[in-house]
Amino acid sequence: MHATSTVDAADESAATAKPTPDRRSWERAFADLRDGFTQRELWSHLGWQDIKQRYRRSVLGPLWITLSMGVTALGLGLLYSQLFDASIGTFLPYITTGFIVWQFMLGSLTEGTNTFIANEGLIKHLPAPLSVYVLRTLWRQTILFAHNMIIYFIVVTIFWGSLTKSGYVLTDAGIPQPGLGWSALLAIPGFAMLALNAGWVILLLGIVSTRFRDIPQVITSLINLMFFMTPIVWTTDILKSKFGESAGWRDLWVVELNPLYHFLQIVRAPLIGNEQSWHHWVIVAGIAVVGWSLALVVLRNYRSRVSYWV
Amino acid sequence: MTSIEVWNASVDFPIFDAKSRSLKKKVLGKVGGKIGTDSKVPVIEALHDITVSVHAGDRVGLVGHNGAGKSTLLRLLSGIYEPTRGSAKIQGRVAPVFDLGVGMDQEISGYENIMIRGLYLGMTRKQMEKRVDDIADFTELGDYLSMPLRTYSTGMRVRLALGVVTSIDPEILLLDEGIGAVDSRFLNKARDRLVDLVRRSGLLVFASHQDDLLLELCTSAIWMDEGHMRMQGSLRDVLKAYKGKDPFQNISPETAARLGIERPVSVKGGE
Repeated sequence: MHATSTVDAADESAATAKPTPDRRSWERAFADLRDGFTQRELWSHLGWQDIKQRYRRSVLGPLWITLSMGVTALGLGLLYSQLFDASIGTFLPYITTGFIVWQFMLGSLTEGTNTFIANEGLIKHLPAPLSVYVLRTLWRQTILFAHNMIIYFIVVTIFWGSLTKSGYVLTDAGIPQPGLGWSALLAIPGFAMLALNAGWVILLLGIVSTRFRDIPQVITSLINLMFFMTPIVWTTDILKSKFGESAGWRDLWVVELNPLYHFLQIVRAPLIGNEQSWHHWVIVAGIAVVGWSLALVVLRNYRSRVSYWV
Repeated sequence: MTSIEVWNASVDFPIFDAKSRSLKKKVLGKVGGKIGTDSKVPVIEALHDITVSVHAGDRVGLVGHNGAGKSTLLRLLSGIYEPTRGSAKIQGRVAPVFDLGVGMDQEISGYENIMIRGLYLGMTRKQMEKRVDDIADFTELGDYLSMPLRTYSTGMRVRLALGVVTSIDPEILLLDEGIGAVDSRFLNKARDRLVDLVRRSGLLVFASHQDDLLLELCTSAIWMDEGHMRMQGSLRDVLKAYKGKDPFQNISPETAARLGIERPVSVKGGE
């Protein structure tokens, strides 16, 4: 590792009561990110290792990820399509895809808070950039997401007929959806955007939780509520039908003010051929800018403190 | 240019007890007014006012009692801890070997552990693939290398770890004590490799309680005491002051012979 720092404190003034400015420099914060990315072999290996570790000595191995997602999707899809009187051909893919994206967000939030705490041993033994651990967590979540996507492809194959039919509705009296087509490819930039945001979330929550150990608990206690507040097992169509045709964003504040909804939409909507809206992209891009700025400020100021805090 | 420069560095550890680590206090404290005066987190001064300058070619031993700050100083020199006061500048690729077990995974095979440990030490996968055979030879573990690590005895683990650690080419090598638990025949072999490694590396800082290893690997020394640098100078002078007797008095003749042949103990003043 190259720890580069500019030191002009050659004069032996012992009474430097204030921390030297070089600990908190943008230069070193960015160097941390850059060095972290270049150690791709290390974090990609560690990310994989985490997955393999979890399923060590089980017969199916990481296929369990796929399998448990399949079981959940099937169960939720059967139950909720009955509850909402929705056609299973479109509602099961809707729930499945929503749940897969949710798992990624859930993992980034909850495991993000533990990023540095869990790597305490390594942080105290190796002078690696902090971003290596962030990328390890992010990579692990991405691998999990990829395993879960297998279920998505299976579901889409099964329900291809209902999903590609233009004008299908998810729940009764919902807006007609354009149906699955080439626009599904928009899910790729959508996921890239989601991962970009997961990056700052992991970095920021990781640093803050290392100092304040209550944060992981706060996140865990709120996350279940968020699952039900986010339209994953229900649809915004149901919400709209409560307010009639004139429903504006004020009536829909439950979803519109929920940032997770916008992240969900940019990936889910293209994947199942739902109507896409540019306003999700604007909001998500805005969150990325604000979030990364915040995370970078925290990284700049507290990067060197993390090894003291863990 | 490989070097480590530290100016007036101090390392203070904040001790967050359960109360100050939680948000509760920060939040409730504001509401309830100033009741507690414990706004400041208590700190432990692990290192105090350290000024060190180590350059390429230097072989520095660290001596001192338990808790004197040897390991913390090594972590400061590696860049893991950045000084809370003062400053530090590290140039060169650091290979810290503080704990032979770090990064070892119980469930994967010896071969895989060799790869991982190498990645941790800053090597690339390709570089490690070239070294695997050499490491396998050295450890003498044979077919055990394809077994999961949990089947290994303590000594076998140390062999594996030492094999990897001594196979790399570091610019800055920082060694902490804890190289033991192997049989004497292997220790001799390990020592040779360690000497070789030190010769390859540009710069060594080695914390140890074992005089003979220090004499073999180091030329100068730093004596740490309660977080302060008590003394800095040639290895012989520092050991004499630290132990209260000449370190060459009671080393075995064979060690003396080996040292004498390989490297006449230089009494060159350290930094």
